Amino acid sequence: MSNTRKKIMPYVMVSPYLVHLLAFTTFPVIFSLILTFHKWNIIGPMEWVEFGNWKRLFYDRLFWISIFNTFKFLSIHIPLQIIIALALAEFLNQNIRLKGFFRAAFFMPVVVSGVVVTILWQQLFSFENGVLNRLLVSLGFGKVGWLIDPDIAMVSIAVMATWKNLGLYVILFLVGLQTVPKQYYEAADLDGASHWQKFIKITVPMINPTMFMVVILSTIGGFSLFIEPYIMTGGGPLNSTLSAVLYIYKQAFQYYHMGYSATLGVFFAFLIVLVVIVQKRYIEKDI
Amino acid sequence: MRVLKKILLYTLLSGAAITFIYPFFWMIMASLSPEADISSLVLFPSKLTLSNYSTMVSKIPIGRALFNSLFVSSVNTGLSLIFSSMVGYALSRMEFKGRNLIFMIIIFTMTLPFQITLIPNYIIMVKLHWVDTYLSLTIPFLINTFAILMFRQAFKSLPQALIDAARIDGCGELRIIFFILWPNIKPTIITVGILAFMGSWNEVLWPLIVIREEQFMTLPQLVTLFVVGGRAESQLGVKLASAVFLAAPIIIAYLFFQKHFIQSMASTGLKD
Repeated sequence: MSNTRKKIMPYVMVSPYLVHLLAFTTFPVIFSLILTFHKWNIIGPMEWVEFGNWKRLFYDRLFWISIFNTFKFLSIHIPLQIIIALALAEFLNQNIRLKGFFRAAFFMPVVVSGVVVTILWQQLFSFENGVLNRLLVSLGFGKVGWLIDPDIAMVSIAVMATWKNLGLYVILFLVGLQTVPKQYYEAADLDGASHWQKFIKITVPMINPTMFMVVILSTIGGFSLFIEPYIMTGGGPLNSTLSAVLYIYKQAFQYYHMGYSATLGVFFAFLIVLVVIVQKRYIEKDI
Repeated sequence: MRVLKKILLYTLLSGAAITFIYPFFWMIMASLSPEADISSLVLFPSKLTLSNYSTMVSKIPIGRALFNSLFVSSVNTGLSLIFSSMVGYALSRMEFKGRNLIFMIIIFTMTLPFQITLIPNYIIMVKLHWVDTYLSLTIPFLINTFAILMFRQAFKSLPQALIDAARIDGCGELRIIFFILWPNIKPTIITVGILAFMGSWNEVLWPLIVIREEQFMTLPQLVTLFVVGGRAESQLGVKLASAVFLAAPIIIAYLFFQKHFIQSMASTGLKD
């Protein structure tokens, strides 16, 4: 009796995971693939459409615009994030006072909901009386259409997202910086290396694992871009901030195109995995 | 030269700190100021008023949403701590067939983007009639693969003698986990707890999808729909008041447990 119990116990303990896996991961993935071949508004019966959804996807201009927008967001957000976070981490890693205060201040937006940050920045970005435009005007510059100029709107959202996440990456870089052995810097000091040389030749290569992690985390985060454009711009102006997830959301919950939006989801998920694999190939180095 | 460098360093850091703190300060002040003052607000309004908050309370069931968020986040955090501990314990401390397979499946599913399961999971909620109930906000979040891995790691690092001694005393496996081992891995529990709570508290896409009835809406969802849906009637002060209300609980918790928050979030990067 006790022996059978002992044998069964581990399976009992992992059963919550297995049930969850089957119900909310395995089944949905399979169902998603099935959905891609169907047209379905969730109320009526499912209708088999062969590759109809896939064909539609390839000719769907708006979807490609949303993919382009998402990549535009990433290409501004990630470099900006890495440069500023690394710089701030490097500053914090010096022998300075109030380190805890600075760290806590940078980290504040990280804990707050993206909804709060977006509502707040919507006001800061406001064209007429936003804090940013008032500052620009008082400095003698003209107003910028942060959220109403199609060329700038996505850049503005990327800047805001950077502001929100920066604190986390400062901390991650700070942890990374502290793993670099002191002897390396001492040896470089003997050779008369400048601060900048040490940073480029020693620090940056040594924190490659952190760099890689930051790129992956912010890539995955960036591909999930949704609530910011949802609240701020609704995807506009002229679809310039329509992100892929926002488009998938709209297809599913505004038009009830379940089959088609599942197709978009599957395609987009593959794209994400592909990008992450490519990043892994080119950024990750053994040290 | 050295002094100059120091001054430059502090200037840059202070500039950055202001960039992060000032917007929050502005938001709080704007939410407390008369509507007419917001467009020119820099530091303090001409007079402080709570009218934006009273307007907000009269327009949306924000108290109910606060309760929903607290309830859902607490249930998700509590139960996912329990379930993840059990799975993590089995994976690290018990021998059984399929253990490595399960571990590999967990690693694999973590790389799976949520975009692929979003639509089918919504359909599951519809078919189970869980839409507009608390079930859709809790059940899918009771298992958290990241938490499982954290617990697996934590349990692995404990000495076997601890478990053996408890077994000799006649403890069952569940007693061992929650009464013998848990007190020894408090940092992990705090980390997983904070991450689960924050994740649940700040989640907004999923509630937007599965909840349509106001009485079940979570706080971020209600605030989002209030701001986007035009019920705020483009009154900036009221919008900002709802944002402050949404931010306040987490910011207060953060001010008290700042170190724990930072450590927890930093550990999200240390998966491998």
